[in-house]
Order: sequence, then C-alpha cells, then structure tokens
Amino acid sequence: MKALSKKRRHPLAAVALLLFGLLVTGSLYAAAGSINEAKAATTTASAADIEEGQKLFVANCATCHGLNAEGSDAGPTLIGVGAASVDFQVGTGRMPMQMQGPQAQIKPVQFDDEQISQLSAYVASLGAGPSIPDEEWLDTSKGDAAHGGTVFRVNCAMCHNAAASGGALTRGKFAPTLHGVSEKHIYEAMVTGPQNMPVFNDSNITPEEKRDVITFLKTIEANGTAGGAALGGLGPVAEGLFVWTAGLGIIIGFAVWLTARPS
Amino acid sequence: MSSTTEYTPKTSTGRIANFVDSRVGGSAMVKEFGRKIFPDHWSFMFGEVALYTFVLLLLSGTFLTFFFDPSMTHVTYNGSYVPLKGIGMSVAMQSTMDISFDVRGGLFMRQVHHWSALLFVASVSVHMLRVFFTGAFRRPRELNWVVGGVLLILALAAGFTGYSLPDDLLSGNGLRIIDGVIKAIPIVGTYISMFFFGGEFPGIHVIPRLYSLHIMIVPAMIILMIVIHLFMVVTHKHTQYPGPGRTNTNVVGFPVGPVYAAKAGGFFFIIFGIVAFISGFFQINAIWNYGPYDPSPVSAGTQPDWYIGFVDGALRLMPGYLGNLPLEWVIPFPWGDNTLVLSVLLPALVPAGILFAVMFAWPWIERWVTKDNREHHVLDRPRNAPFRTGVGMAGVVWYCTMWAAASSDLIATHFLVSLNDVTYWLRTLFIVGPFIAFFVTRRICLSLQRKDREIVLHGREAGIIQMSPEGGFSEKHEEIDVYKRYLLTNFEDRMYIPAQPDAAGHISRKEKRRAKFSKLFFEDRVAPVTPKELEEAHGHHEVEGAQHSDSIEK
Repeated sequence: MKALSKKRRHPLAAVALLLFGLLVTGSLYAAAGSINEAKAATTTASAADIEEGQKLFVANCATCHGLNAEGSDAGPTLIGVGAASVDFQVGTGRMPMQMQGPQAQIKPVQFDDEQISQLSAYVASLGAGPSIPDEEWLDTSKGDAAHGGTVFRVNCAMCHNAAASGGALTRGKFAPTLHGVSEKHIYEAMVTGPQNMPVFNDSNITPEEKRDVITFLKTIEANGTAGGAALGGLGPVAEGLFVWTAGLGIIIGFAVWLTARPS
Repeated sequence: MSSTTEYTPKTSTGRIANFVDSRVGGSAMVKEFGRKIFPDHWSFMFGEVALYTFVLLLLSGTFLTFFFDPSMTHVTYNGSYVPLKGIGMSVAMQSTMDISFDVRGGLFMRQVHHWSALLFVASVSVHMLRVFFTGAFRRPRELNWVVGGVLLILALAAGFTGYSLPDDLLSGNGLRIIDGVIKAIPIVGTYISMFFFGGEFPGIHVIPRLYSLHIMIVPAMIILMIVIHLFMVVTHKHTQYPGPGRTNTNVVGFPVGPVYAAKAGGFFFIIFGIVAFISGFFQINAIWNYGPYDPSPVSAGTQPDWYIGFVDGALRLMPGYLGNLPLEWVIPFPWGDNTLVLSVLLPALVPAGILFAVMFAWPWIERWVTKDNREHHVLDRPRNAPFRTGVGMAGVVWYCTMWAAASSDLIATHFLVSLNDVTYWLRTLFIVGPFIAFFVTRRICLSLQRKDREIVLHGREAGIIQMSPEGGFSEKHEEIDVYKRYLLTNFEDRMYIPAQPDAAGHISRKEKRRAKFSKLFFEDRVAPVTPKELEEAHGHHEVEGAQHSDSIEK
C-alpha cells in the first residue's frame, strides 16, 4: 500500500484513475447490456423462406413500411423488430392494419402459418431482433402460477386489469383482454411491446417469469369463475350496473305484482 | 283486561294465547298496530326492500364473522386457490380466501352479503328519490326525511368499511384514495391520517379498526335510525297518492292484519329469494383475482362499489390545472410549508357536501319559498310540482355525471371512444347538465299538465275517426270518467308569491330573495281546471266540437 500511496501524487495518477473508472463502468455496462441484447433468430430460416417472405412483404406490407422495410410516414421501420414482432402482429390479425387509428385492431388473421413464418423470416433477416420463443418458455406445466400472478399484478394489471379483462389508455388506446390469447402471442407481446405496450425484456422479466405469467393467465382462464358468472370480470362497475338494472328490475316487477293483486 | 268477568278460553291454543296476553297485553298492541292502514302502490315498497336487505346483511354478516379474522398479521397463503399459493398476505385476506374456497357455503354467503349491500344502498336511494319526487318529505315528515338521509350516509359508511375488510388489492387502492383525501385536508390532514391508520399508510391497524366500525358501531346506529324511522312512519301514518276518496285526513288501503302482514312477510321471502338467486349465479368482488394488497400495484378498472362511485368520479373529472393555474398550492407558514391540494380536496368533499346539504335542507327550502306550512298526507304527482321535479332531476343528472365519470375507462373501452373525450364531455355535463335537466324537466312537467287539462276539457282521443256529412274528418274525443277527472283536476296549485312586506311594511332583503326563487319556480305554471271551465268546455263541445280555448295562465 505504501508504494501505491507514494505514486498517488504522480502527474499521471488522475489520468490512470480516470481510465480505470471508465474501464470498469464500460465493462459493467457491456455486461449488463448483453442481457438486453436482441437475440438473433435461433431457427435458421431457409433462403427460400426469406425470399417468399419478401414477396409477401412487398405485396402486403410495403405500402406503409417501405419496400425495404425502411419505414415511411405511414408506418415504422421493421429493421430489427425481429421475428417475434411479425409473428405477433400478423398472427393475431393486427397486421396488415385495417385502417390507421389510435391502435391496430384485432381482426381475422390474413395469412396461414406458413406465410406468417415466411414473413417473420424475411423481417428477421433484415436485422437482429427478438425471435419467436422456444416451446420451453411456453410450457405452462413448468410455470409457477402464484409467482406469475405476483409478477402480473406488479407489471401488467395497471393496464390489463387484475383479472386480465383489459382496460383503457389515453386517447382511444387500450390494453386488450388477455383471455383467449395464445401462450406464444403473450410471450411475444412481452418481448416486443406491440402498440402502446412497453417492452419487458429478459432483464425486466426473465423468461422463467414470463412463463410464470403465462401459466397464471392460463390457470385463471382454465379455472373459470368461482361463484357464478363474472359479468365481464370488470369489477364494481359491472356489479353496480347489474344491481341497478337486473336486481332492482326484478324487485320492481315483484313489487308491482304484489301491490296490483286484489287482496 | 278491563272486563270484570275473567275470560276462559276453550282450546289449549286459546289458553296459551290468553296466558301470554293477560301478562304482556299483546292484544292491545295487535289491535292498535294490526289496524294500521297502508296504501297499496309498488313505489311504496322500496323502503321495505331496504329493510329486508338489511336483515339479510345482518344474517349473512353474522355467518361471515364466524370465519373472518381482521388481523393484518402477515402470513403465507396455503389454501385451495392455486394461483395464490405461497403468496404472502394478511390474515384478513387469508381468512376471506378461506371463506371463499374452504368454508362450506362461504362464498355463497359472502356473495349474499355483498349483493345485499349493493341492493340495500340502491333501494335506500330509490326510496329517497320516490319520497322526494312525490313531496312526501313535507310537514309533518321533515324530520323523518332527515333520519332517512342519515340512514343513507350510514349505509355508505357501512358499505365502505365492509368493502375494505378483505384487504385485497382493489379495496386497498380504495383505502389509499381515502388516505389521499384525508391528507389533502389542510394542516391537520396528515395528523388525522396517521391517527386513523396508526402510523404511515397502510400500517397494521386499519383493518381491525374498520372491522369494529363495520360490525358494531355502524350497524347499531343503522338499527337505531331504522327504529326511529319506522316509529315516525307509524306516528305520521303513510302518505298516499291522490285519487278519489283520498284526503289529507284519511288513509285508503289495507290493514296490516292480515293483508299487509302477509304481503310484507311474503315480500321479505321474495327479496331473500332474489338475492339468493343472484348470489348463486353471479360472482361479486372476486378478491382472488385482485390478490393481496400491496401498495405498489394498481389494477386497471379500479373502482369503488357503486355508491362511492360519484366521489371517485368527481376526483377523476377534476383537472390538476385550470389553464396555467396549478391547483396545488404550497402555502408558507411560520412552521414550514403546507401543501393545499385543491385538485383532491375540492372534488372529494364539495360535490358530496352540496348534494347532502341540499338534500337535508330541501324541506325547509321548499317551505320557505312556497310559504306552505300545512300538513300534507296526499302526495304530489311529480308533474304537478314542476319546480321540485326540475330541481330533483338536476341533482340526479349531476350525481349521474359524476357516477358515470367513475367508469370513464370502461365507457372508453366498451364504446370505442377516447378516454380523454369522455372526460371532457363529462366535465362539460358536470357544469351545464344540471341546468339543462332543470329546464327540460320543468318544461316536460308543464307540458304534461297542459295535456291533463286538455284531456279534462276536451276528453281523451278515442281513436275513432268520424266523417261529417260535408266530408270533413275529425277524431272523436271521449269524455273521461269522473274518477280519472278527479285525479287530473285535484292538485295543489302553487303560484308565484311576490315579496311580502312585514308588519312594519318593510320588505326585507331575505324576503326579496325568497320572491326571486318563487318567481323562478312558479312564474310558469298550469292551473288546475276549475269547475266553471269544465262546465264551459262541455257546453262548448256540444255546439262546436273540439275548439281549443287557451285558458292556460302565463
């Protein structure tokens, strides 16, 4: 330590210290950043798929996204969005978009599975992005529903509702219900952040936790609603509306009957 | 009992009855109460609905207390509901989960309790609306109207304290809002909050405290108020709708024994059945979806039960800025800065304050404006009191605007409109809605009164088209029968009373103000048909047919 303390007044000590600090923060950042790094498609698509995908893209998507997916005033660039994004947007029927609006609406899916995978392969070939998840992360038998529920309530419920019934966002945007959404699409939505949804990358919510969330959603879907019809799972508003319409309606009906009877 | 010869019954039932009667004097009570007359009308039944749902609340609530534990001690859930297994929660939440999934019939009883709570407040509200719009609060029933208003507030208190007990995410968010409102009270707010929660929110004391209020204090006060309320109903006798033979000095209807006892008793079981049916088939407050309370998450669609909705809606409507003027002020005091959060304080307290203040004061306001201090036992048809019906509808529209604002997010998603636009429209409606409602309602009432006049004077449209020998067509008008005519012609004729000088010949400023109100309310009015007009009209008919004579006073 004595040698070090002798050298601390060396003219280059400050420079050395600065370099050391930069090196540490830089390597820490690099290490942290690599967790968030977009993973290239693991499934190697054949060149023929990519070529078919390009044809489909030019015919169906290029109007808004540009001939080379570089984007235009009407739509964002798709370079680097990854296969997962295409699989989600096209696979749920949101893309090709029916019309411009606050948010792409779900509609009947326009392409078959092969075409969707070709489109995904083409977009994935343009730049690295999140890939379609492995089956391993979609297997709800390996997930923990209770932990998934906690993750869901902390990260998802503020928009999608605690019962996953969906909710409103500003200016006509909304978080859709998650009932009936496939495991794959839920996962893809989390990694790509479609529409107004934030991206939940693997350092925010690990793949295991994503699987737990999916398990939670599938569990409450499979469990059904204890205690009777859930009235949309919308909470007190639906309950209040029900009491004021059906509840009081029936009661008024009986009251009219009771007081109209000749005694 | 005053008879000199002892009555000896022949049957054993009679002997038991006589034994009891000669000791507690039940027959005098039955004789008095059993001959009480109640008029028959479906709209008179809402008070009963409120009473019966309250009985249901007591019954189901007692069941729930056997299994509910209000402690906020932290435990790990290990019950039957898989998606919460191993999750930390309070004992209150855990015992509610156990009631829902592990106690036989527990979920049903929970749902009976919650559905009856919603119905209880709803029927109290509808009952009060009926009393208001028919003018049943007038002398001698002003105090009973106030007692009813207190019952409504107690019902809200009972509902809110109960809603918070399961300590789930939804109710916790509701408590957080209450905490925010309390803290918005200048200077003392933070102290009251700390006192109420026993420290910083949420603490570990609030659920047991709310439980004490919910199962003891509030229900005891409700029962006391119900007793006073019913006692006054018996003292005042029931009001009745106007009609032939119904006057201020009689009550036309059926006696309690045997008719009303049977009807009311039967109605209790009907209400019981309806609530049981709803509770058996419709889920309410699925706390397992919301999960245990944790101050960090807030779910979309977080709303209070319907009766607190109007306060939540007012909070949602309130802007944080008016133009460039912030509504959060930091006021420097000698002891440091205090924050005055008007954007929370105003919406949370002012609309509810105005609604309840006007509601409580209305019998006196109306008496002051109309100078009508007589006893009224015959009700008004709402159209025959256009000013009151107008004011009532203004209140209803104002309330409903705030109420709707509490579900602004669901309106946006379900009607595919922008949440922002919903808020802007409701803000506009919040300000102009009551005025529009007052004028439109009053116009509708006046038109209905004119229609009544028309029917009395020219008969009802028979739907028979006649062709005259000249070839002209006209609709035959049939004269209505005397009973119907009685209903249409016999009503209170309130009119504008100009400012009156007092004994010294001086017109006070207060009296001038009263006259202004009187003018606003009664300037436009439709007078009831007088016998003379009726006679003229009928003579008229025979000669010329339906020619309209505009005898409406302006």
